[in-house]
Amino acid sequence: MDPTPDDRAWFEREVLALLPALLATARRLARNGGDAEDLVADAVARAWVARGSLADRGRFRGWMFRILSNCFLGQCRSRARRPAEEPLEEEEGFSLFERLHQPFLLWWGNPEQEFLERLLREDLERAVDALPPAYRIAVVLVDVQGFSYQEVAGLLGVPVGTVRSRLARGRALLQRALWEHARDAGWAPVHPSGSAGARAP
Amino acid sequence: MSEPVTMKCEEALRLLAEYLDGELHGRAEADLEHHLEICRGCFSRAEFERRLKARLGSLSEVDPPPAIAERIRSLIESFPV
Repeated sequence: MDPTPDDRAWFEREVLALLPALLATARRLARNGGDAEDLVADAVARAWVARGSLADRGRFRGWMFRILSNCFLGQCRSRARRPAEEPLEEEEGFSLFERLHQPFLLWWGNPEQEFLERLLREDLERAVDALPPAYRIAVVLVDVQGFSYQEVAGLLGVPVGTVRSRLARGRALLQRALWEHARDAGWAPVHPSGSAGARAP
Repeated sequence: MSEPVTMKCEEALRLLAEYLDGELHGRAEADLEHHLEICRGCFSRAEFERRLKARLGSLSEVDPPPAIAERIRSLIESFPV
């Protein structure tokens, strides 16, 4: 079916309304401002071609994010960047809270709260950007964009269990990166032994 | 639904991420909420994870530079009708 001017007006309106979220997501996925803009433009062009596949215009957001995700994953494949699916077992249970929390400081201070207060947007962005692509996209879609596990499974074309495991591993890697940042910045609690973090390696 | 049961901390922490993601429902959700009401350690952990997740959620949008908005607008205008 040939597009009408109304189609284009609708499409432009929807895309521009979603642009702040699309660009924010693309920046985390591409990790580079210029590449992020190219990724969004690529997704918009593909979405226009595929707009006939959107049966319910009320589902534009999820549909558009699926196309953006597929563009990113296609780039990863073409660059032969194979996502690391199996990080070290130890990463799965990494807890930033456990590293920061100091029960004996209950009435004297709160290192985990202080950590969150010191954490800058750029610190978070850097930690997200450092994740392997398969984990990064799961964390971005769930934690940043607020999609459900089921929705992300649909967007990425993987089982819900895969979303769960990638999310768990991605979050563990993210928290380790934030812990290392806290330690390097001197925010981590100092223990009687003089080392930062009782369980830190 | 019967009264919530007290779950162990290990089980509570295993379910915590799904709970904070809004993916836990029914009995499991009620039991976890009951545990968080009576366990200071798990409550503190839950609050930390909730706040960290909220900080990540704050990355959900950016103000697009005028140039990219114009680029996308021009791209859409270039599509044949």
